[in-house]
Amino acid sequence: MNDVAPRRLTLTVFRYDPRAPERTPRMQSYEVEEADGMTLYIALNEIRERLDPSLQFDFVCRAGVCGSCAMLINGRPGLACSTLTKALGPEITLAPLPAFELIADLSVDTGKWMRAMSERLETWIHAREGGIDFARIEERMEPAVAEAIYELDRCIECGCCVAACGTALMREDFVGAVGLNKIARFRLDPRDHRSGNDYFDLIGDDDGVFGCMSLLGCHDVCPKNLPLQTQIAFMRRLMAAEGLKPSLKQGDGK
Amino acid sequence: MRDLVSGALSACIAKATVIATGGAGRLYRATTNAVICEGIGTVIALETGLAALSNMEAVQFHPTGLFPSGILITEGCRGDGGLLRDVDGHRFMPDYEPEKKDLAARDVVSRRMLEHIRKGNGVKSRFGEHLWLDITLLGREHIEKNLREVQEICRNFLDIDPSKDLIPVYPAAHYTMGGVRTNPTGESPGLAGLFVGGEAACWDIHGFNRLGGNSVAETIVAGMIVGESIAAFCDRPQNDLTVSMGIIRDFLAREDAKISALLTGGGDEDANLLRIRMQEIMTEKVGIFRTADKLATAVDELQALLAKSRNIGVRNKSRGANPELVAAYRTQKMIKLALCVACGALARTESRGAHYRDDFPRRDDAQWLRRTLAIWKNESDTLPTLNYEPLDVMRMELPPGSRGYGTKDDHIVHSDAPRRAAEVEATRKRLVDADRFAVQAALMPYDHLLPPDLRVRNERIDGSN
Repeated sequence: MNDVAPRRLTLTVFRYDPRAPERTPRMQSYEVEEADGMTLYIALNEIRERLDPSLQFDFVCRAGVCGSCAMLINGRPGLACSTLTKALGPEITLAPLPAFELIADLSVDTGKWMRAMSERLETWIHAREGGIDFARIEERMEPAVAEAIYELDRCIECGCCVAACGTALMREDFVGAVGLNKIARFRLDPRDHRSGNDYFDLIGDDDGVFGCMSLLGCHDVCPKNLPLQTQIAFMRRLMAAEGLKPSLKQGDGK
Repeated sequence: MRDLVSGALSACIAKATVIATGGAGRLYRATTNAVICEGIGTVIALETGLAALSNMEAVQFHPTGLFPSGILITEGCRGDGGLLRDVDGHRFMPDYEPEKKDLAARDVVSRRMLEHIRKGNGVKSRFGEHLWLDITLLGREHIEKNLREVQEICRNFLDIDPSKDLIPVYPAAHYTMGGVRTNPTGESPGLAGLFVGGEAACWDIHGFNRLGGNSVAETIVAGMIVGESIAAFCDRPQNDLTVSMGIIRDFLAREDAKISALLTGGGDEDANLLRIRMQEIMTEKVGIFRTADKLATAVDELQALLAKSRNIGVRNKSRGANPELVAAYRTQKMIKLALCVACGALARTESRGAHYRDDFPRRDDAQWLRRTLAIWKNESDTLPTLNYEPLDVMRMELPPGSRGYGTKDDHIVHSDAPRRAAEVEATRKRLVDADRFAVQAALMPYDHLLPPDLRVRNERIDGSN
């Protein structure tokens, strides 16, 4: 907290409302005075309260755990709520995440995309037939396994990895690092009784793990620092092995 | 409902409606809650004029909100051995709570922190005063493994390293113990078919002070019990609906008129300013320490704000996605909810859990072992109507006694409490050879309140019953 005059920040923001197409997409600049500890959450709210009530963006938790506020910050996907302005220069450019349906301005519908991915990959525990008996003691899980699951379960579905993915931008049905990470997570879970073959059916093609071009933008931008590079490489080997299995059996001539 | 993207209003006709919109931490300036925790679902129930809100004055403040943003720093920090320190680096909690020290109940620690700051021991900053949370003594390895989120929050929001630096903290509104009054199935007694689950409900799981970890218990248990109850409610033919189209049309027209009034009614009040003022009033006068004077002023000021909120105007006239319009109608609703909190707190002349009255520091079971019920009778009212519902001590399994608060707990005893305590003890003696199910059935039967699937006996780790 020194006495140097605060910086004037210029935020140049993408503006477009698909429901009002008569106004074509444009960039609009706003000036705010930087404050101590200012994040893009604080700066954008200040703009909306003082300068432009029509500006659209999304924040929910404002604590980096819900994933609502992902956007392109100087061209790079990231969470606006946990980006301190002091980490950026005085000229800041903000744009909505690509790959997702635009709601307006900086607001995109990641929910729709995530839900479709989730339903396609069935990202929930597939228990054995007969369901769960609440009166029975739960099966125990090794702490190391629980920790390994938690490591991958930290994903907040913000969409940064999808926005940073070359394949996802070209191939609409690609499940993205978020989807591949989910499958890696459920594969670790002893309560999920899906087999390697079941997982192969879900991600053993070009819309799944074989669509990845290994550019690994996902890994670079993940705000939770998930080990996406390792997980994708591992899943690809696993699925390649899985894919070879039936042909080997056929090769046996049975 | 209003579609936030298109702005379209639509009516959903359903046998059962569930409100699961969480708490209302945003009534206060500093809160651990998300931006959307504005209590809007709770107010939608209140605005029916039929569903009552219960114990809204019970608001919990968490001791370690990150300062100044309020982002939650988990209790696990202190659970693992972290300490609270003042401007001189002194660990002050043992001075106030020699027994439980830094791990006293949340409401106790929050009060002690404010008390300590008032004595001149706070750390001054340009945003106001705060205290320090010190987890440096836990070591980098422990923090990186067990408190990784804390490390992330400190790095992202303050650019500090908690394994080396102290974390600035200040109590922040955290949990709304009050909510829509429900019966054990999660249904509002005042409005059939309205179900409420989680923090939005007052389902009697937390009393006046939620304990750490019990929000998870509530989520899971409410999911199982309330969820099953809703399904059963919908299956019962007597709950089939016959609704007049006229009622639906009138309701939609009324809601549409409210939106129009905000857009084109010529109002000149700024919703943001009203909301900030409401948060200031709530924080300063309906916060951690409460007195009759402050609360009475708060009620007056909030009433004046409510009147102003009926004259809000918005600059952006779009009926579609319009964040300013959303802030406008939500602010109107939030001020109503703030009034329910303030009026309940003013009327309750005792201290109970998180509700602390400087002028009535004792818990008074003789007069106040009863639930506050707030309803909003008419849209034009400027205050909620409060009613009270006594609790039946003679049906309790654990009659109210000392709750082990601080060093002294000299609450005013309810006349039934000793009688019930003796009765419970006699029952336990009489059934000394019976199994725990028989004892439970004799003291406080609850099986009949559960969905049938959940009435079975659970398998136990030790193989016993």
